[in-house]
Amino acid sequence: MARSDVQLMLDVKAGDEQSFELLLHRYRSPLVNFLYRMVRNREQAEDLAQEVFLRVYRARAEYVPSAKFTTWLFRIATNLALNSVRDTRHQRMEISLDAPLTADSEEGDERPLDAADQHPNIEQHLVAQARSKMIRHAIEKLPEKQRAAVLLHKYQELDYNEIAKILECSESALKSLLFRAYEALRVELAPLVAQQAKQ
Amino acid sequence: MSCGRMENRILSYVDGRLKESERLEVEKHLASCPACELRVNEFRAVSGLLDELAVIAPSPAFDVRVRALVAAEPVKQSWWAQFALSPRVAMAGALLALCVLWVGLRPSVNPATEAEINQNMPVLENYDVLSNFEPLTDLPAPVAADEQPQQDDANQTNQQM
Repeated sequence: MARSDVQLMLDVKAGDEQSFELLLHRYRSPLVNFLYRMVRNREQAEDLAQEVFLRVYRARAEYVPSAKFTTWLFRIATNLALNSVRDTRHQRMEISLDAPLTADSEEGDERPLDAADQHPNIEQHLVAQARSKMIRHAIEKLPEKQRAAVLLHKYQELDYNEIAKILECSESALKSLLFRAYEALRVELAPLVAQQAKQ
Repeated sequence: MSCGRMENRILSYVDGRLKESERLEVEKHLASCPACELRVNEFRAVSGLLDELAVIAPSPAFDVRVRALVAAEPVKQSWWAQFALSPRVAMAGALLALCVLWVGLRPSVNPATEAEINQNMPVLENYDVLSNFEPLTDLPAPVAADEQPQQDDANQTNQQM
């Protein structure tokens, strides 16, 4: 039977390095994807994810399982991501103003696993790519905290209570935050939403 | 239920995370409010669109870099760990304690020892008195140079004889 995250972390605290490897294996992909969607830069996302794991390892001696492990993990990740986004906001604005309109430096990073099966011809593939790009940009346009809330809610499937703890707000405030984020996405993705709603 | 109260429940409804009683309440409102019903459908569509986003795989070097960072961390000992002894030191300490115990509990071999100590006590007492005897501190310290001329005189006397 697989050990729980908390048990693994307690084993790390007791000096079991192998348990840290299991946690790394379990959470590297969700963390890298969450951070990538937050900062929109693969290299930076991986650096931040490494920093998250390093902080988890450093904090092992003081670890007390007072909350869910994922709450703690994503709280570290969210704080790092929010700081990084704020630090690089000015830099990113300069880059986007200078960049050509068609350029998308991160285009090649996302690789749907079964793209070939889903889109048998080039035209469909291009349409799907354009849709993905539109969705990514809509998420990117959200204010940082709303973006974090949507990503934690949609992709990590965390409870409202857990997300509220990560973002250090009340559950009611979180629901309001998510509502505003979905409203913004609904407006931004209106053409796609209309298509989707018809299906 | 008013449209304003739907704000906090609409996503939970779309996610299927509402309690049965709350879900029924929302559905009752939706049946009579086309605007909220449309919004629910659109939120469902947004949620479906978000599912389309592809995932990225961490680079092959990711784990290696994390392991290297962790390996570079200094070994941190807890406060109590500094008192923890290595097996060798613990063994040496135990042997030392046994020796002390053995010496302490050993029966007295020489019964005269105590009598000797008692006999020497006055001497020790006298020594204390003499060492702290104030008039003696006023005397000049014996000087080795003073003895030299006397020795020379004695030698001359012997030669004359």
